[in-house]
Amino acid sequence: MRMMADMIAHKMSVTVAFIILASGLSSHAQESHVGSLVGNAKHGKALYQRYCIFCHGPEGDGNGESAPYLDPKPRDFTKATFKCRSTPSGDLPLDSDLYDTITRGVHASGMPSWRPLLRQERADLVAYIKTFSPRFQEEPPVAPVQIPPEPPTSAESVKRGSQLFQSMNCGLCHGKEGRGNGPSAATLTDTRGYPIRPFDLTSGTRLKCGDSDSGIFRDLTTGLDGTPMPSFASALKPDQIWDLVHYIATLRAAAKLADRR
Amino acid sequence: METGRIRGAGALLLLAVVFVSVQPARAIPAFARKYGLPCSACHSSWPMLNNFGQTFKDNGYQLGNGKDAPIYQQPEYWPITFRVTPQWHRETNDRVAVDKIAGNASSGQVEASVASSGFDTSSIDILTGGTLSNNISFLVQPFINSGSSSISQTWVRFDNLARTRWLNLKVGKFELDEPISQERSLLLSNVGGSYYNYFFTPPGDTNFAGLGGNQLGAELSGHSENDYTRYSVALLSTFPNQTYNYYANFTQSFELPKLGLQRFGAYAYLGESPTYFQTSGGAPIAGGGLGNRSFYRVGAYGMWYVGKFDFDTFYLHGQDNVFLGNAVPANQPSALPPGAAGPAWNGGFIEAHYTYNPRFVLIGKYELIRMSRQANPGIRSDLGNLDNWAVGYRWYPIMNPRAGLAWVQEYSRSLNAGAAPLSGRDDATSSLLMGFDFDF
Repeated sequence: MRMMADMIAHKMSVTVAFIILASGLSSHAQESHVGSLVGNAKHGKALYQRYCIFCHGPEGDGNGESAPYLDPKPRDFTKATFKCRSTPSGDLPLDSDLYDTITRGVHASGMPSWRPLLRQERADLVAYIKTFSPRFQEEPPVAPVQIPPEPPTSAESVKRGSQLFQSMNCGLCHGKEGRGNGPSAATLTDTRGYPIRPFDLTSGTRLKCGDSDSGIFRDLTTGLDGTPMPSFASALKPDQIWDLVHYIATLRAAAKLADRR
Repeated sequence: METGRIRGAGALLLLAVVFVSVQPARAIPAFARKYGLPCSACHSSWPMLNNFGQTFKDNGYQLGNGKDAPIYQQPEYWPITFRVTPQWHRETNDRVAVDKIAGNASSGQVEASVASSGFDTSSIDILTGGTLSNNISFLVQPFINSGSSSISQTWVRFDNLARTRWLNLKVGKFELDEPISQERSLLLSNVGGSYYNYFFTPPGDTNFAGLGGNQLGAELSGHSENDYTRYSVALLSTFPNQTYNYYANFTQSFELPKLGLQRFGAYAYLGESPTYFQTSGGAPIAGGGLGNRSFYRVGAYGMWYVGKFDFDTFYLHGQDNVFLGNAVPANQPSALPPGAAGPAWNGGFIEAHYTYNPRFVLIGKYELIRMSRQANPGIRSDLGNLDNWAVGYRWYPIMNPRAGLAWVQEYSRSLNAGAAPLSGRDDATSSLLMGFDFDF
């Protein structure tokens, strides 16, 4: 009798635990957490229909009515593959990554900065965007990549970065001088098969995922998922990545100087 | 009886379903066509701007995504939009002076109610605007009415001067940076479709300047990145009278948790207006205004959001110089009546919107003006007082990639103190309008 009672109690506790776990996962999938903000997917849906649906489509697959006319194409949220992340290559982005992308926009694309929206609204949008892919329910969040303190820029660091730029074959895509015109440039496609152009590092325009040195370090470390831009996390040491960052910064600075003249 | 009630309820239910069904909102004229964004991105309800749209406008019609310059557009892209409002409307005026016997001018006059109704079209707004280059924007807005045409707006703007969004210079004919845009009013009827406070001058006053209407001049403006802080100052000239007026507006916004964005601000409009003209053969010479006398309009406003509700609140205090208020040339001070003074008044309005979804919005407005001092003791104290209210809704059944179409219904009524032409009693006018407001 007591055994049966224990079994029932055990089954009940397992059931309760499952229900709690399931509801926890489910509610997590319907929410986003950015700092102290908690985004709500239901609210985000209404905002998505107002602001985003025309490009990203009602199913979030990047096939909105404007999509045929846009270059580059809008992101397919069902794939949960995002360029701008603080997490390692292949992993899901943090909620704050999606929030930052919505806030900043993606330069040289149809995606504007949505900073004029309320912070809560942007967090709500993140929560809704996550509902398009089951990966956000199935995969636990991962830790962001570590960005060590930036060493001082020096001529030696820039020179080493220049050499790395050549030895790592960055020029194949970005061109020998970083102009985005390397021998492979014309043949590149993203993971959806759409042609994609390497970034012209000398153009002086804003980078897609943020302009700070630490942002460039992060992009070199994580890679831009969904594009041919790989992660250099395993190929380069942090000091070497900083050297590369310093070299890229000189390309961009020269362009800005020329622009001002 | 029961069947009729059920049918009525069914019809109401059907209407409700049609009106409130949430569909993806998308639309578009010129700017949305350029960027591929839905019209609901910039408009809380077209044509009223939300903060994203206001930021886009304040950025010089630029999103800042590196694709603003026209070089990035298809060569066949032409940034043009038409807006027309075919409608049926009914206007009534409760006290009009009419001949006792129609057609007999010597039969004497009485006050009677006059009503007119019928189908009509609005004027045609043609709006072309965008960027000439990075950080140079423009707008040209011809206006075609039956038998006439004019330029409603035409300006060029140099954006982000000295690489800061706090310095933008606009030159031409433009709408002032009004607290609540007259050009973007959701109400269209003759009686309720404009903000009386923007245009008001006391009866008999010869000042023609006001906040309303597009004006000639230069405007310096700036704003923060999210547009929460904004300012504008403008130097305006009242061609052909060649007086200069000044306008300034400052807005600050803040977020309230669970409520949304809240805006408040203050404005001032001051200047001079001529009291008489040089003449030739007795006729005023254009540009020959003399005896300029001062006027001012100052006030504050707020735009308050509570979920799907938002409220625009506006306050104005106005005063005109004694010569303007009494229509007396400044070179004839002895012609001023005893006890003459500069007329002063207070006014304001509250306009509420309930945006159920981007496709359906309910609108209500109440506006009032109260004279606080008349131009002379001979004028009854409440002459010029006004009460106006309007209710309506806009439903947007079509918002497709090239056009937007709204079905509009509204009713408005104004009560004008002492305005009856014969008895001097209060006069009421009303307007009922239903029609389509479309933009493509």
